[in-house]
Amino acid sequence: MADLRTNFAGIHSPNPFWLASGPPTNTYGQVAKAFDQGWGGAVWKTIGEPIINVFSRYGSVDLGQNRMMGFNNIELISDRPIAENLKEIAEVKRNYPKHAVIASLMVESKREVWHEMVKQTVGTGADGIELNFGCPHGMSERGMGSAVGQVPDYTCQIVEWVKEVATIPVIVKLTPNVTDITYIARAAVKGGADALSLINTINSIVGVDLVTFEPQPSVAGKSSHGGYCGPAVKPIALHLVSAVAGDPSVKIPISGIGGIASWRDAAEFIALGAGTLQVCTAVMHYGFRIIEDLVDGLSNWMDERGHRTLADIQGRALPRVTKWENLDLNYHLLAHIDQDKCIKCELCWTACEDGAHQAIRRLPRDNGGPVVEIIDEACVGCNLCAAVCPVQDCITMRQVPNDYPAVSWKEYAAGKGKLAPRSEHFHTATWSPRSK
Amino acid sequence: MLSDEQLARNFADIAPPLTSDAALLEANQCLYCHDAPCTIACPTHIDVPAFIKKIATGNLRGSARVILDANPFGHSCARACPVEVLCEGACVLNDRDEQPIKIALLQRHATDYVLERKLKLFTPGAATGKRVAIVGAGPAGLACARDLRRQGHAVTVFESKTQPGGLNTYGIAEYKLKADIALAEVQDILDLGVELKTGVTVESIDRLLAEYDAVFVGVGLGSTKKLGIPGEDLPGVIDALTFIEHLKTHPYRETPVGRHVVVVGAGNTAIDAVTQAKRLGAATATIVYRRGEAEMPCYHYEYELAKRDGCGFRFNAAPLRVLGNGAAAGLEVRTAIGAETIACDMVIVAIGQGERTALAWPKDHPKVFVGGDCANGGAEIVNAAAEGVAAAKKIHERLTNG
Repeated sequence: MADLRTNFAGIHSPNPFWLASGPPTNTYGQVAKAFDQGWGGAVWKTIGEPIINVFSRYGSVDLGQNRMMGFNNIELISDRPIAENLKEIAEVKRNYPKHAVIASLMVESKREVWHEMVKQTVGTGADGIELNFGCPHGMSERGMGSAVGQVPDYTCQIVEWVKEVATIPVIVKLTPNVTDITYIARAAVKGGADALSLINTINSIVGVDLVTFEPQPSVAGKSSHGGYCGPAVKPIALHLVSAVAGDPSVKIPISGIGGIASWRDAAEFIALGAGTLQVCTAVMHYGFRIIEDLVDGLSNWMDERGHRTLADIQGRALPRVTKWENLDLNYHLLAHIDQDKCIKCELCWTACEDGAHQAIRRLPRDNGGPVVEIIDEACVGCNLCAAVCPVQDCITMRQVPNDYPAVSWKEYAAGKGKLAPRSEHFHTATWSPRSK
Repeated sequence: MLSDEQLARNFADIAPPLTSDAALLEANQCLYCHDAPCTIACPTHIDVPAFIKKIATGNLRGSARVILDANPFGHSCARACPVEVLCEGACVLNDRDEQPIKIALLQRHATDYVLERKLKLFTPGAATGKRVAIVGAGPAGLACARDLRRQGHAVTVFESKTQPGGLNTYGIAEYKLKADIALAEVQDILDLGVELKTGVTVESIDRLLAEYDAVFVGVGLGSTKKLGIPGEDLPGVIDALTFIEHLKTHPYRETPVGRHVVVVGAGNTAIDAVTQAKRLGAATATIVYRRGEAEMPCYHYEYELAKRDGCGFRFNAAPLRVLGNGAAAGLEVRTAIGAETIACDMVIVAIGQGERTALAWPKDHPKVFVGGDCANGGAEIVNAAAEGVAAAKKIHERLTNG
């Protein structure tokens, strides 16, 4: 079995799966249960001056049969007294010495307040501190959370204050609600952060009730923007993790967060540079028990692919993330339809015809043969037909070899390299209104 | 005589495997219930939502492990379990007026994956020096053997037939489970280092007790009960198990079947017999049952299957004698309006198995454990597997704690 043990900025855990700061890490009982079921670590629900929550606080976006494809919340940080939280953190750490226990903190932006909070936290024996600079709702109105994480100078300043007294690793949790996350990441590094975690939730309104016109989740008829998370946000998180991991001025470990629900998601985050994974929404949906398949699936996949440790896969996809201007313009693809697998739904045709490049031809349905075929000379290899096709491996994208060396836009614009001949069958859509 | 192609079609899997597309779609329909009714309904308590979730995440090896860890006969149960009255019958989607999750087919999808790739999911435990004898290489005995080997105990299995597997190999309707799958599944268990002695009939448990630290008895039931009516010994009269065993151990065309077949009895084995007689090419195949439709002991969906196969049913018809001059030519039955003769050239008797009387075992001996049909009176593969697993646990406790 693959070795999943993790050393993240000096914080050790039996596997890379940590519970993210949130409702599942509110209490000793939850975290202890999660550790017993196999979780490697937990970032405690953010501690600060206790707040008062509204009742209605979660909103969900379903996709067809699938519930909670996206999820948002307007819940604030812990509503439990600081002393109670710290006492339980100490107790968890005492009873689970091999697991990672991280305290998430958020207090008002005053040096002495941060100093006091950090000293108390270190006293619990916690393995690390995560600074919540990402919460986009409620707390940000009070000058905390993303209000800090959206301004590089504030971020740097508070990290410096924390590092003045912290004797354990400090992780800075970043908000995605910024124009360029690398500026904030660099500010955290400048302030002395030992590691980063991202992404926090994304500003959102999950829906509107069309009878009452109440935005969701409704609190007595009104709502406020909340933090969006769940499987829907994974691609955004993957991008931001890769952007930070690929930034040469950020050379500290990254804990990946955002829509992780399966071991596959986890493997993708690791491949893009994450050292640990944090999970919240999937646990809120299905419970702590999901850890079993996260560990088992990741381990089986690693065994099958011959990867022995997490270091073998960490960042493996990162060198392949590049700027658009470096992509090869002479890499030509052509869609291929396996007619034996085709179930004749014509979804590819309608997508290509109306939504893309008019490169699929319809054939009469009455002859029993194929009903769609690729117009090779028109196909630009965009992947859309393969994406909409409901049958696995029915439409595949195949490379069309040519004798031209690779040439990027950067090179081509600089007068270097030659473009291979390509389709000139562009924009051929025709439409004549039906006669009345 | 039907053509080989037609026979192959008639005995093809009644529930063909899911494509990986379909399996993924189906797996994603599962709600992933907590304390799930499907798991509770399964006698081996396979964690059904967990194995389905693993199919959804593409962890097929892990999925099969969840199944086979709980049930060493996960392959055959995926094909032959009466899921309509077990896991699928318990699926919460039934309460939402929807079709239940296709648990059996998903289980087959995961277990086929490891079978096709010959993946070894389990390893024997470190040798304990303890020795256990198992009498009968059916699902109960081999399930027990599998789990004892995982604990490191030495296991010797005695089987009177030439092949292991018990009714899995010899007695499940061909269109549900084929012998090669049953034997491959058994081989997986034997590969853990089980010593198998076939063609050996154990005559005394006492002798085994002298030699072994524990004995598990899983000998199944005896042969089919007799009708006890005149003409029963005429050629053309056969018991259901012998008929099915012949079909399962020979090319299809070598199993003799009448043109007009009557099956006496209305249990699940009777259904297996009548449908397979029809599928072998009988012009008519008819169940004759002394009680009414509502009293039939077979599962409702088995009844439906037989009707779909074009089998006939004669209710409230009690067999009086088999008619015939040198060979069966008819079955005389008593009906509400008097005696009547049903013309037929083959009579298959399927009125249940008797107890196995050739072997006796002590009922309350601390070293003797029992499971499967010989303990439960005759039930499903999954019951036998569950009892074998439970016995292995008890034996292990006894061998480790004295």
